Amino acid sequence: MKGLKLAKAALLPVLLLILWEVVMHVRNVQSDSIAPPSQIFVAFWNAMLDGTILSRTAETLRAAMLGLALGGGSALILSIILGLVPPAARLAQFTIEVLRPVPAVALIPVAILTLGFGYGMEISLVAFATFWPVLIYGHAAIVNIDQQLLDVGKVLRLKTFARVTKIVLPATLPRYFVAFRLATAVSLIIAVTVEIAANPLGVGYELMQASQSLHPDLTFALVLWIGLVGWALNAVLLFAQRRLFGPAGVAFGIQQ
Amino acid sequence: METPKGNVSFMTAPAPTAARSAAVRRPLIEFKNVNHAFGTRPIVRNVDLTVGQSEFVCLIGPSGCGKTTLLRMVGGLLTPTSGQVLFNGKPVNGPEKEISFMFQDYSKALLPWRTAAGNVSLALEASNVPSDQRGPRIKELLEKVGLGNHADHYPAQLSGGMQQRVQIARCLAQEPSVLLMDEPFGALDAMTRQALQDEILRLIAVSKTTVVFVTHDLEEAIYLGDRVVALYPNPGRIAQVFDVSLPSPRDQLTTREHPEFLRLRRELFDFIREGET
Repeated sequence: MKGLKLAKAALLPVLLLILWEVVMHVRNVQSDSIAPPSQIFVAFWNAMLDGTILSRTAETLRAAMLGLALGGGSALILSIILGLVPPAARLAQFTIEVLRPVPAVALIPVAILTLGFGYGMEISLVAFATFWPVLIYGHAAIVNIDQQLLDVGKVLRLKTFARVTKIVLPATLPRYFVAFRLATAVSLIIAVTVEIAANPLGVGYELMQASQSLHPDLTFALVLWIGLVGWALNAVLLFAQRRLFGPAGVAFGIQQ
Repeated sequence: METPKGNVSFMTAPAPTAARSAAVRRPLIEFKNVNHAFGTRPIVRNVDLTVGQSEFVCLIGPSGCGKTTLLRMVGGLLTPTSGQVLFNGKPVNGPEKEISFMFQDYSKALLPWRTAAGNVSLALEASNVPSDQRGPRIKELLEKVGLGNHADHYPAQLSGGMQQRVQIARCLAQEPSVLLMDEPFGALDAMTRQALQDEILRLIAVSKTTVVFVTHDLEEAIYLGDRVVALYPNPGRIAQVFDVSLPSPRDQLTTREHPEFLRLRRELFDFIREGET
């Protein structure tokens, strides 16, 4: 049954690929901007064998994950403070509303100016972009904790730190996980964008190089590869989320 | 008993005893001209009430009479707009270690990610009981409320009555001298409710705990209480206080058929109906 489902899902893309290949051969297209699937696959295979793709991917993932840890981590802490101290949230609201809409990409020139090229500026930009979704989702999660759960912490006279680790965080963990899953996708997008636009690092830079040296086969191969990496990252996190918090979740014993 | 000037033989006599009234008890909780308003809307007005040590006082009244508000003030979850709530002669200033609070909605009062044992443990963790001493204490407490075999179950795996028993165990873990109960059995079926009423009476008879119990069930109030405080709504204020002189220990059959029980029930019923019109 599962095989059949997979075959059904693969039917359309495979047909399109065959059509693409056939048209390219029949019309005998010679182009600097498009390549048949067979050549894309060969280019992908070669880049895979000589290690370029993997080492470039490692660079991109490194910048994305460090940026996510920095941005998401600080947003996690700030969202807890803003969630538990309403006056602080009111104080910060205006600043957040002003800064949040600034596109991370628009900060690339600023980052180059202040930090130069390299990991530093890419990590900072990823951190900026991933900070907001975690802050906003996390704050909403904490504000929505049932008041009675917080009252339980109060009447038992739990200290602030114990209240956060024993009640606030476990109660909001599933929502934080979703926030981080979304932020992970953002981190990859921003990292690749920064590499394409400016930074001589990672898959994005490799992609730009392939395009500028008129290698459509490698260009397409890299685009597909980036899509694959993003999909795999999300699939892993989704799997973890279902295992931890889903109907058979272990973190909650049984379903929430 | 614990009352310093109390007449011991009088207290233990099975006959209806006036000694159970507040007059001979040491005052433990005092409301002194307590007012509370939410914005400009008054919630409770001019409440004066004294709860004596080891007394079981039931607050009863329709919704909007401020009974939960009064309870939350004693629990330190709410500060009155004016007036004072005293515990042991001192103003209540936030939750006290000796005061335990039992919530109505058990599904939200237990941590769903902790087992029954883990939920009881929370109270011990809060009062800094070393981890190696928690295990036996938790076991003992769960056995006390009849959940010895359910220590490893999560709240969602337990019935409503069992979840409320876990909450009772968690309250007892605090070793409180005052137990505040906010309609704790309101959401349970009749049989479970009666079983838990007797359970509470049995437990506090041993520990001599003072109880303030909020309910909207007349019979429950008379069955459990030494005194029943009836409140009027909008704004909440004390309408009348009824002394319950029924023999202890109470019994689900004989107490509920006792002429005094029936008389009180009638009196309270008429009273509440009067208040509604």
